[in-house]
Amino acid sequence: MTESHAQVETPEEFRLRARDWLADNMPLRPEGQGQVRNFERCRELQQMLHQGGFAGVCFEKEYGGLGLTPEHQRVLDQETMKYEMPLALNIPTFGIIGATLVEFCNHEQKLRFLPPMIRGDEIWVQFLSEPTSGSDLASLTTRATLDGDSFVLNGSKIWSSGAHAADYGILLARSNWDVPKHDGITVLAVEIDQPGITVEQIVDTGGGTEFCQEFFDDVRVPVENVIGQVDAGWTVVRGLLAHERNSMGNVSIHTSGLQAPPTGRARSDIMELALSTGQASDAEVRQIVGEDYALRFVQQETTRRVGAAMTSGHFPPTAGALLRLMGARASVRRSDMVLAIAGARAAAWHEGDAASGVGTHFVGRQAAEIGGGTTEMQRNLISERMLMMPREFAADRGVPFNEVRHNAAPSRKDKG
Amino acid sequence: MDLDLSEDQEFFRASTRKFLESEMPIETVRKLADDPAGFERGWWQRGAEMGWTSTLVPEEHGGGSLAGEGLLDLVIVAEEMGRLVTPGPLLVTSVVAAAVSERGTPEQQQALLPGIVSGETLATWALDEPGDRWQADALALEARASDGGFVLRGVKAPVEAAGQVDHFLVTARTAGGLSQLLVPANTAGISVKPMEGLDLVRRYAEVRFEDVFVPASAVLGEVDAAADDVERQLQIAIALQLAETVGAVDRVFEVTLEWMFDRHSFGRPLASYQALKHRFADMKLYLEASQAAATAVARAVQHRDEEAPAKASAAKSYVGDHATFVLHECVQMHGGLGVTWEYDLHLYLRRATTNQVRYGTPRDHRERIARLIGMDEETR
Repeated sequence: MTESHAQVETPEEFRLRARDWLADNMPLRPEGQGQVRNFERCRELQQMLHQGGFAGVCFEKEYGGLGLTPEHQRVLDQETMKYEMPLALNIPTFGIIGATLVEFCNHEQKLRFLPPMIRGDEIWVQFLSEPTSGSDLASLTTRATLDGDSFVLNGSKIWSSGAHAADYGILLARSNWDVPKHDGITVLAVEIDQPGITVEQIVDTGGGTEFCQEFFDDVRVPVENVIGQVDAGWTVVRGLLAHERNSMGNVSIHTSGLQAPPTGRARSDIMELALSTGQASDAEVRQIVGEDYALRFVQQETTRRVGAAMTSGHFPPTAGALLRLMGARASVRRSDMVLAIAGARAAAWHEGDAASGVGTHFVGRQAAEIGGGTTEMQRNLISERMLMMPREFAADRGVPFNEVRHNAAPSRKDKG
Repeated sequence: MDLDLSEDQEFFRASTRKFLESEMPIETVRKLADDPAGFERGWWQRGAEMGWTSTLVPEEHGGGSLAGEGLLDLVIVAEEMGRLVTPGPLLVTSVVAAAVSERGTPEQQQALLPGIVSGETLATWALDEPGDRWQADALALEARASDGGFVLRGVKAPVEAAGQVDHFLVTARTAGGLSQLLVPANTAGISVKPMEGLDLVRRYAEVRFEDVFVPASAVLGEVDAAADDVERQLQIAIALQLAETVGAVDRVFEVTLEWMFDRHSFGRPLASYQALKHRFADMKLYLEASQAAATAVARAVQHRDEEAPAKASAAKSYVGDHATFVLHECVQMHGGLGVTWEYDLHLYLRRATTNQVRYGTPRDHRERIARLIGMDEETR
């Protein structure tokens, strides 16, 4: 212990080594680009970081990480600000799923799953929502039936971002139908590229294809891939949702690299649009530009405050719902503000115009209030878990799931 | 409140709250509504003994802060005062204390600061002019150089606590720019005309300067070059105002949430209705966001953050709009009771509304942000 202790690099030593290595090896962050969405590019970037010895800072050494402290990660976040980073791997791969695997996997599972994740070889997605269960996640009906040393999966998952390009999914399935809904769920790690799994990309209102739907037809998953205990998967889900809120609240220790800071000298897209459309002196437009800055500042400070309060235990883990609600509301407001500045340019434009994409974004703006848990659910969480107001009536509380009215699960055949 | 207070600051908060709850409960505030001054000087001096007037003043003049960050201590007092809609010239006296501490000559400091710290001397900032003019470039009150001093001519209104203070810090236009002058309230040629005010205990007045002569030694900082000082004072005022508003909203939210559990309709507590729960979720968000913004601004002003002007305006516009929104929602939750004189909610709304529009409305500050972040640079 003493020996390895002596070898630990201080955060400042780490900073200097990172600074030199980054300058020599990592590409600069492309102008105006917050996040690399392309998984293949993320893979390359993550592999570069891993080869340089700057991947998985807070993951244990035994499982492919560096075994360093959150302070080292914070230092790396600062040093990587101007470089292109595989930010799309932060959520869900590292911040949500990595953290969940660390919390709930046994030793063998960690040896199997964590090193390839940290190397950038295996990208993960979440198989949580289903076509018939969204906000009421625990009412899921994807079936996991034990058959020898495997579970056999049948059902469908939806809204998994980027599943078509990912390698593994963390999946919730119902393994016991004779108990109340939360008591019969099992969490499985599922390899995506295998017979019986069909991944379809969903086209969103803007033409984007990030969301996927998956169909599982007699897919065999070995019991070694059960995360946590059989039927006790809801415990894992609670942990996973807490890690999700931590990641969204920027207090995860497993994510690496930061989005560009929201305030500062950099111009916002709203200000750019106002200037490029020649409306710099329009009083109404100036109000919007001012409001945009104010909103970004307040959102940044709220994230800081609530994140710190969650870390210190001053707020419960569910306080992340405040940040989710704020982010969603701000996104919707911003969409409205951009439309107001664009005016008629939102309806007809030339390719490459400053206002191109504005109308499309406005049409799809509610995605921000739906994805990651609807704002209605966030408001329930805030009022019930933070303000301790009475919980809503639920007809399924304490009732075996097979006696509860629930939506019928669609199969692959129903769809065709 | 700031969730990251030191032990000393927590103690300071607790003792301030205890003092205010025993010495200035809301019943007393209501009684002071009929008092021409709105507060009592003896009470203010006892508050000064608690440290309210010391934090922005250097130790050699009797001041002192808990850890060298006086504004971060003072916003604690402002927030506690907001919780009880306390009277008293905390904001304006503090602005003058800070200005004299940061920019005053040794003579000016010696003349004013010990009295301010002990609570015997009260001062206010005469910035605004009739016609809603409060921004530096709109000020018209003139200070003309004459006989080795200055002659002030013009009107300042509204001036907080103008009828109660001993000194005015007057922001005036001089030949080459802005200047600030420290003027004793009893100087010949000054007349103070009380105004009606929305807040029950916060007094405002119009102050006329009719050829008021002050010596050159009255100038605070430099002649013609006070713009940066005025900006700094504005930021301190905003930081204190934000803290006070947040304290007021925090208290009303607490009381209203309790009410939701106590009040029953159709056999169930109001707190059980989802239509109302969701409104509370929004209010909780606005409250946390306002607290986060207020705390961040206090720190930015304390540390003279380069972006402090825009941050102050960002928080001022956000909190201004959201504070009164939440308070009106709380009135709605109380039903008829909420719109009675007898119930305390309107005292808080009066305070928050006053704060919303003083030192610039949300609209003014959004415009200020647009200017500060460079909207005019390309059109020149």
